[in-house]
Amino acid sequence: MKFKIVKVPATIWMRVLIPVLSILVTFIITSILILIAGGNPLEAYYYFLIAPLSDRVSALEVLVKATPLLLTGACAIFAFTAGYWNIGGEGQFLAGAFAATGAGIMLVDVPPAVSIPVMILVSFLAGALWALIPAWLKAKLAVDEVVTTLLFNSIILFIIAYTLNNFWRNPLTGWPQSPEISETAHFLRLIPRSRLHMGFLVALVVIVIEWFVLARTSLGLKMRALGMGKTAARFAGINVNGTLFIAALVSGGFAGLAGGGDIAGIHFHLIEAVASGLGYSGIIVAMFAALNPLAVIPSALFIGLIDTGAQGVSRALGLPTYLGDTVQTTLLLVTLAMFVLVNYRIKKV
Amino acid sequence: MENIFIVGLLAATLRVATPLIFGTLGELFSERSGVLNLGIEGIMFLGAFVGFTAAKLTGSLWLGLLMAIIAGVIAGLVMALLTVRLGVNQHVSGLGLTLLWTALSLFGFRMIFGEPSVMPSISTFPTISPFEGVPYLGTIFEQRLLTYIAFALIPLVGWIINRTRFGLNIRAVGENPEAADAAGLNVYRIRTQSQMIGGALMAVGGAFLSQAMLGAMSFGIISGRGWVCIALIIFANWKAIGVLWGSLLFGGFFALQLALQATGIKLPYELLMTLPYIVTILALTIAGRNVSVPSALLKPYQRE
Amino acid sequence: MNAIQMTGITKRFGDLVANDNVDFELKAGEIHALLGENGAGKTTLMRILYGLYHADEGDIQVNGRRVSIVSPKDAIHNRIGMVTQHFTLVSTLTVAENLTLGEKGSITINKRTIEQKISDAAEQYGIPVKPDALISSLSVGERQRVEILKALNRNAKVLILDEPTAVLVPQEVDVLFEVLERLRKSGLSVVFISHKLNEVMALCDRISVLRLGKMAGTVVKGETNKTELACMMVGHETFGVKRQGKAPRGKVILRVENLSLRDKKGLDTLRDVSFEVHTGEILGIAGVSGNGQSELTGILSGTIKPTGGQFHLEDRNLTGTEPLQITRAGIGRIAEDRHASLVGELTVAENIALEYLDEFVSHGVLDRKKIHQNAEKLIKEYDIKARPEDRLRTLSGGNMQKVILARTLSREPKFVLASQPTRGLDVGATDYVDHRLLDQRDRGAAVLLLSEDLDEIMSLSDRVAVIYEGQIVGILPIEEVTREKLGLMMCGSIGKQKT
Repeated sequence: MKFKIVKVPATIWMRVLIPVLSILVTFIITSILILIAGGNPLEAYYYFLIAPLSDRVSALEVLVKATPLLLTGACAIFAFTAGYWNIGGEGQFLAGAFAATGAGIMLVDVPPAVSIPVMILVSFLAGALWALIPAWLKAKLAVDEVVTTLLFNSIILFIIAYTLNNFWRNPLTGWPQSPEISETAHFLRLIPRSRLHMGFLVALVVIVIEWFVLARTSLGLKMRALGMGKTAARFAGINVNGTLFIAALVSGGFAGLAGGGDIAGIHFHLIEAVASGLGYSGIIVAMFAALNPLAVIPSALFIGLIDTGAQGVSRALGLPTYLGDTVQTTLLLVTLAMFVLVNYRIKKV
Repeated sequence: MENIFIVGLLAATLRVATPLIFGTLGELFSERSGVLNLGIEGIMFLGAFVGFTAAKLTGSLWLGLLMAIIAGVIAGLVMALLTVRLGVNQHVSGLGLTLLWTALSLFGFRMIFGEPSVMPSISTFPTISPFEGVPYLGTIFEQRLLTYIAFALIPLVGWIINRTRFGLNIRAVGENPEAADAAGLNVYRIRTQSQMIGGALMAVGGAFLSQAMLGAMSFGIISGRGWVCIALIIFANWKAIGVLWGSLLFGGFFALQLALQATGIKLPYELLMTLPYIVTILALTIAGRNVSVPSALLKPYQRE
Repeated sequence: MNAIQMTGITKRFGDLVANDNVDFELKAGEIHALLGENGAGKTTLMRILYGLYHADEGDIQVNGRRVSIVSPKDAIHNRIGMVTQHFTLVSTLTVAENLTLGEKGSITINKRTIEQKISDAAEQYGIPVKPDALISSLSVGERQRVEILKALNRNAKVLILDEPTAVLVPQEVDVLFEVLERLRKSGLSVVFISHKLNEVMALCDRISVLRLGKMAGTVVKGETNKTELACMMVGHETFGVKRQGKAPRGKVILRVENLSLRDKKGLDTLRDVSFEVHTGEILGIAGVSGNGQSELTGILSGTIKPTGGQFHLEDRNLTGTEPLQITRAGIGRIAEDRHASLVGELTVAENIALEYLDEFVSHGVLDRKKIHQNAEKLIKEYDIKARPEDRLRTLSGGNMQKVILARTLSREPKFVLASQPTRGLDVGATDYVDHRLLDQRDRGAAVLLLSEDLDEIMSLSDRVAVIYEGQIVGILPIEEVTREKLGLMMCGSIGKQKT
């Protein structure tokens, strides 16, 4: 008896199963790593998935970790849907954090009712601004956005390093760390004595808006048409460059909001490592959500869960916290493969 | 004084250019066959980690380098599995793999070395000096064997791509995979092989940093050098000879920046560091219209 | 014993049966025509023989030996060569490099050696090529010769040619036929895929006819005639649309003046193209493909900017405007490539709404009910076999074309631009499209029809223009048109001289 692999479009329920299957396969793959490292995979996954939810403090921490991911995930989805490969979420995050720090330092003697909206606005605009040049080059001169957005991530990092080393260096410790932002610029705490701040609600609002724009508005339909068939979209009379431009800027704005939120809600000062890959993780979140805006919520929460769990795994099993990053990135790659693999069946011939 | 400064600068240029050459030549194999490998940053990191760790544990630098090469080949194979076999989006796969190799390397480092207060180190590859005693030249060309190999690889890779059957196959699958398939070539196999060779070269680039330049494994060891290679390949217009000029220019710039820093002259060196990136973007913008980007770049090949 | 024997070949693409239990045999040393309409399954059958498709059922024998062909490599190994419609040459490589591709041999490649080898082979087979020329610098006819030489160079004993004359001017066709005659004499077998009766009768020894995926029969040339073949091809003798009388020709709607286009390589793809289209007439533009039709379509659609000249719709200058202004001015466009005008991942309803999106939006928000109702109405009106919420990519080619017709014609445009509107459609769908175009004329619209199908041009047009090398070489009223005259004009032998 011979077998052959044939391509059949995946059924709806197969598509629904993708996240579940991906998680399972990821756990099987990473179990091997845990075994090599001398840990017990089941115990590790208990700390990854269950332990964080079993007490209030760490359960809230999952929401805290998910907050920037919701926004960087939204950033990736907004651009990718329009076929604009914004790899610059990391840089736009940093731009948002940078600008929010500056604004936060200057906003003294202003009531929070004014300063908090200003912080949100400044973060969004800074992210959009950092997305502007690659978007403009793409629209006007057809310069590939992947390389430019990627290089812009490095550029902003150098600018921040320069600022921290020269103007914002902590005079007492000499560390490259900015002064604290003023208290009126702090995001409000959602729950006392936790790190959960109003940035989480802002992120949820952003995601609902994003869903509405993409699914229900004229701009959204144009973006979807553009992402799935640029030639046909142009033919139908859609302003290709204008739509791409908007998609790129708003996408950047979302990432900037994530950066500003982390400053105003968590760190209260700027350090070089403030993004540390959160922009890139947004791509994981978006892909795991299959570019569906609403699915970003469970997706970001799951990644946030693994982030939180990684600390517990580290404490309980003595495995490095980088295990969490490994699990997340493996999950991304397995998910990508799964989207393709569900379209294949093994048939007898 | 000025002579010493310039001599030191030129020597540093060759040194700094070395990992860029390895990385860019690796990316050249990948892109000429039609795959943009954004995993380069991670593969270089993996190469740096594996090379250093294997050298530290076995006591042999060359064995360390060999292990780095093997790791690079495996990394190339994984990239090929995703993008060539399954046809997954190359941007996302590459970025995902960069994150994966980085996370895995950091995980491995912590498992093996824990969190030491003093970073473990190894003695680096020794330098050789073919012009020993000759003024200026003796110092400039006092380099490691790997640097000489890197520069020798440029014409060699150019020759492979342009003058060998394997190179012809790579060009064909990168330009028009349908035509290559119709000619009886196995597109998947050739692209996979290109990924594996490319991965090996990238890993050597990373290993050079840990095994020859630093003698240690630092978490910021690559710090964007992989992305620089992505820029360089555009700058080089996908040609091996262009890699020479590009890496010397970029290497020279980094070396100058380091040298100026060492002189204590007060310069915004962080801002200077952004210049190569800006130059690349300008190059992309100006040359954008007549670059010879492989036609099938980013396009997965699927029959039927 | 036959050179090739294909038995019981069945190939399905989803629900479509492209080949239904087809038998086919090819004798050694014959030129065998595979005749049939577009979509009859000719190309599919030969792609199976060449290993580009895998048959679901059936088997293949080469010289009486059963073989398994799962890739072109196997086909080449069995000494089968194929020249596909879309040439499979790498345009950045030279002729010699292309011909060396896929060969086993030394690790290194010496340019001079391979070029010498290719000139020797070219001389041996009597096929002139320039070994050191880049493919990108060659004309279509030259590229085709490279393709043929490529197959022969791999010792092919069986050569498959897929519609080789579709891209050639008559003179080049003559050269091709001479080459094929010579090859037949040297013992080669040729499969000649075509839908052109004249060519088939001129060149081939035997003719197999495919109809709707089934083998309708194989006949020897001496024992048949064109009428019989035509019957076998279409199944019934009379077929096709006919223009009903002559509609009163009205005022000028579209005025095209000296349109020119120079492409990025500096080649003039359109030169001083001028014509007018009136209300109530169909102006047909005939021509061999690749003579500027796509460029003209692109300019009139708003997707390509001309480098010279202008065009007016009534009194409005629309030169160089975007698709949005073009459609709003009253131009309806049926583009030659369906996939370049519809988005496969969007729904049927969304695709229909896309061109006039502002009418389905209030304050930036989609009026989903209106989009749905509009689609439902047009689906009924245009007899589209789909639901509004179906993804467009799940539709058949004919139904996709109906979506385009519905989207475009329901707007009652003043001017209809129809470029290759029936390419790749089955008989029924072709008939439908042609009738709809005639309806537009009768409604009083001006219609410009670009087609490679002379029968379509001659049965629909009121006037016929011929395009050759980017120039309009002449415009004739339909009464003066004969097939011969058009044929001569299409290869540039009548009409304006080349400047």
